[in-house]
Amino acid sequence: MSALVHSLKTFGSQQLSAFQFKNLLMPLLGIVVFLFVWQVGAERINTSLGKFPGPVAVYEQWTGLLADHQRERSKEQSFYERQEKRNADRVAKDPNYVPKVREYTGKPTFFDQIFTSLYTVLAGFGLATLIAIPLGIVIGLNSMIYSALNPIIQIFKPVSPLAWLPLVTMVVSATYVSADPMFSKSFLTSMFTVTMCCMWPTLINTAVGVAAIEKDLLNVSKVLRLSWLTHVIKIVIPSSMPMMFTGLRLSLGIAWMVLIAAEMLAQNPGLGKFVWDEFQNGSSNSLGRIMVAVIMIGFIGFLLDRAMLFTQRHFSWDKTQVLR
Amino acid sequence: MTHLDISKVSIEFPTPKGSFKALDGVNLKIDKGEFVSLIGHSGCGKSTVLNIVAGLYDATEGGVLLDGKEVRGPGPERAVVFQNHSLLPWLTSYENVELAVKQVFKGKKSKKEMHDWIMHNLELVHMTHAADKRPSEISGGMKQRVGIARALAMEPSVLLMDEPFGALDALTRAHLQDSLMEIQRDLNNTVIMITHDVDEAVLLSDRIVMMTNGPAATVGEILHVDLERPRDRLALADDPKYVDYRAQVLTFLYEKQRKVEPISKPKKDAKSEDKLVANS
Repeated sequence: MSALVHSLKTFGSQQLSAFQFKNLLMPLLGIVVFLFVWQVGAERINTSLGKFPGPVAVYEQWTGLLADHQRERSKEQSFYERQEKRNADRVAKDPNYVPKVREYTGKPTFFDQIFTSLYTVLAGFGLATLIAIPLGIVIGLNSMIYSALNPIIQIFKPVSPLAWLPLVTMVVSATYVSADPMFSKSFLTSMFTVTMCCMWPTLINTAVGVAAIEKDLLNVSKVLRLSWLTHVIKIVIPSSMPMMFTGLRLSLGIAWMVLIAAEMLAQNPGLGKFVWDEFQNGSSNSLGRIMVAVIMIGFIGFLLDRAMLFTQRHFSWDKTQVLR
Repeated sequence: MTHLDISKVSIEFPTPKGSFKALDGVNLKIDKGEFVSLIGHSGCGKSTVLNIVAGLYDATEGGVLLDGKEVRGPGPERAVVFQNHSLLPWLTSYENVELAVKQVFKGKKSKKEMHDWIMHNLELVHMTHAADKRPSEISGGMKQRVGIARALAMEPSVLLMDEPFGALDALTRAHLQDSLMEIQRDLNNTVIMITHDVDEAVLLSDRIVMMTNGPAATVGEILHVDLERPRDRLALADDPKYVDYRAQVLTFLYEKQRKVEPISKPKKDAKSEDKLVANS
């Protein structure tokens, strides 16, 4: 092993710097070892749907899904072209004809599902943030309200999305009745479930951050006789910003996990449904496709977290703070 | 006429073991433009007196009159310079002063006047060059200067300083003391300053108020410092009057009010009182 490390170190003509070694080569090495173990391990697992997919099989499924997506898109395009042409012809024959435009109703591809999941998670997370931050500030500032709400928060915090889902589904079906709905019910169900499950870390961290403001700064605010609103904007929010972001990052991570579970259980469009459909399909490709989805879910979760980190860096007043 | 009248002030803090009387019958009258130091051992309630004048604590008995009006709650006319600068770390020096100026002079000064006033106060403490720097980018002494500028910018009738130079190294401290004397000469503010430092007290003050040890601390002795201003620390070092004042304060602190504390016991100071209040 040390010989391997050494040869990696001196790989190429010039010696790699310690930084490059640690930050480029080591992660690469980790991935290579992981792929190797995966490939070897996968070959030994036999399921009723064939061998467990190794990296190569998963890559093949990935290209397959990509091709599916492109095929579906070109089908969609030609559908609209045909429709347009048909309508144009009919209008040419009969000027009074009002052209009908129908939506293409093809099966959503893997990439459509990713897109659905992404905007659902962002909507749910956004709603949770809009509730959790103001509420967190209020309970952080007022220990009376905190004492009143704390038991409720503590009880609802550990509830699994799967427990909320039936309730949310029933409530959304019962209350969201509209002839021409702006949002689909499945979207709302997924979104509200995400909101219910992911708001807690932001709420609690905001409250803790607000309650932990330095006493000196509070005294400054008192001496200046800042109004409540100025106090919140100028002192409370900037001061609790780091804790808020810690909460937001935890919340976003939970939101993404919850969403996939909710989509699977409720058969709501998204990556969760994709996984479930493939599982029900039970073709020889299914396991590979599920594995593609698994990796994609992980990758998107990672990107969401990075995006949050960059947002934090952008908004943080303390540029010296080490953020990971 | 008395500008600030601290009259029969006592305060009790509730603790799990019953109430703790920190101050008992503190009386002090301060004239306009007077510079008064409060000196005493840790835990004698110096900071508590200051916090009562600031309005951050409420006296259990007695009260504070400022120009004949009772002090209720904190306010910018009794600006405080805190020991740890307490600048808002997300604002620049300029913005920190601006926050105070906007609050105090809202509707009284135009935008331009406010800007000039902010710059004038930064100029007073020689901090215009770092107006756009955040507290994390400047040194401890500079932060304290900005803290003083912020307090001065409120045009307080009493300036309260809670060990303003306590956290600084000796050289920076001497430098800031000189600056403070200079500002004091120009503005002739009424100042109450808490200090641990005997030299600082004698150098800066018109009167030194020496406090007895707590619990139930009160004013022990008051020393009038009758030294010509402007005062020069080097010239004063050998001045017999200065040496005598210094000796008087030292005698009070180390003979009359000698504090015997077991080494193993954690030091109790003003901070622990703060905690008591915070927990209650």
